[in-house]
Amino acid sequence: MDQATSLAAVALNDVAITFGPKVGGYTAVSGIDLLVRPGEFVAIVGPTGSGKSTILNAAAGLLKPSAGRVRIFGSDLSNLNLRAGYLFQQDALMPWKTALDNVAVALESKGVSRNDALQRARDWLGRVGLSAFVDRYPHMLSGGQRKRVALAQVLIRDPEILLMDEPFGPLDAQTRQIMGNLLLSLWAADRKAEMFVTHDLEEAIALADRVVLMSAGPAAGIIGDFSVELPRPRDIAEVRMEPTFHHIHKEIWASLRVEVQKAYSQGEAT
Amino acid sequence: MPRLKLTVLQIGVGLIFLLLWHVLTVYPITGTAKQVQFFFSTPLDVLKRCWTLFASGEIWGHLWITLVETILAFLIGAGGGIIFGFLFARKELLAAVFDPYIKAANALPRVVLAPIFALWFGLGIWSKVALGFTLVFFIVFFNVYQGVREVSPVVLANARMLGMNERQLLRHVYWPSALTWVFSSLHTSVGFALVGAVVGEYLGSSAGLGYKIHEAESVFDVTGVFAGMLILSIFVILIDMLVTRIENRFLVWRPQTSLAART
Repeated sequence: MDQATSLAAVALNDVAITFGPKVGGYTAVSGIDLLVRPGEFVAIVGPTGSGKSTILNAAAGLLKPSAGRVRIFGSDLSNLNLRAGYLFQQDALMPWKTALDNVAVALESKGVSRNDALQRARDWLGRVGLSAFVDRYPHMLSGGQRKRVALAQVLIRDPEILLMDEPFGPLDAQTRQIMGNLLLSLWAADRKAEMFVTHDLEEAIALADRVVLMSAGPAAGIIGDFSVELPRPRDIAEVRMEPTFHHIHKEIWASLRVEVQKAYSQGEAT
Repeated sequence: MPRLKLTVLQIGVGLIFLLLWHVLTVYPITGTAKQVQFFFSTPLDVLKRCWTLFASGEIWGHLWITLVETILAFLIGAGGGIIFGFLFARKELLAAVFDPYIKAANALPRVVLAPIFALWFGLGIWSKVALGFTLVFFIVFFNVYQGVREVSPVVLANARMLGMNERQLLRHVYWPSALTWVFSSLHTSVGFALVGAVVGEYLGSSAGLGYKIHEAESVFDVTGVFAGMLILSIFVILIDMLVTRIENRFLVWRPQTSLAART
């Protein structure tokens, strides 16, 4: 194991994932090599069906790779990756628990006493701007508010790695911007390693230090790795005006467009 | 429709029905009033009979017996259903092996069991509880089984990523999910507990509402039968209202739309 791999928060080594039977199954991704260093914000971008979520699930331990190795801080991942926090695209809150209980239970599972957990959950809900909504059940909250609860639920456990699967996908444009800025400010506080999957290239550039580009599936691979040299702290809306932003966007879009077209033509063929 | 108008219409339908009943039995189209009343009684007689039953205090004991049987049948049936539902949902093999037997047992009309239960448990309350149990158990069992198996995979994956162990998953995810299903079938299962009790009493006992109805029937006392039926249905409505209150209390987290649709 070389030093970069052993130091990396997440190291994917020649990873392939096949669904269904080993022979004749659907190979979503193959030959994935990806390092995410501690403190690094990596966005993974690709067309629909490019297996972005698949490699995220492999890093989370929710999916076992059919080939290759997944290492977390240098050690092989054999089970769920409990050093990571996962923010899902869909609503993943427990609908039968209030916002407060949803967040508190994330600490209780760590063995924190109920009173402590409730107090810290209250504090975290304040940080995501939901002090007035602690006693609401998920169905009483808007989509953006539910995402905030989910974010608090993930961050309160203080994971060393953050995995996010198009978390702001279902939200409207304004809410996405607000959530993006909220995420950046929370992330900047202690800079965890972050893997952020999105199909929105602008969102990816605005948030990340590095943008990793995936090819169209099946057997999708990584076809580009671009670093984003934009100063922090950033404001999601303002950073889009910077000339550097346009420059990077143009560069990545040139490759992404080809893959998007490929994905579309495949979609029409099948 | 405004609430008041609806209530007035609802009461109106009942009154018209009672009026028709009264007119047709007091001023019959064919035959004598006495003959017709032998078969159909009259609403006033039925009400009078209900009044005497309550005033003399005779009915309270029977109501109490039926209530106790219903509650016991429900509690034991629901408890068994929950335990086995959980067990089978979590242990694939168990569910697969027992599947045909459960289907067979559930397909059996429970009434045929009543004499056997009377033989095994005697003519007291326990044979009725047993009959109610066989009805409630399967409803709750299937619902819990379904509830545990149909936990949203995303909620489950999230809970696991939050570090919950099997015991915590059971408490925070599987159990509340199953409970929703139990509650969604609560009206049915409480109703079936009562059916079990009343049918059991009807077929052989010395107390309870079913016994009262059977007793009246055996002497062609139609007024007594109708009075028993009336008391029984009011009893059911009261129990159902109680269930709705319990349900609303436990399922506060549910979206209002489904609550409104239910009540």
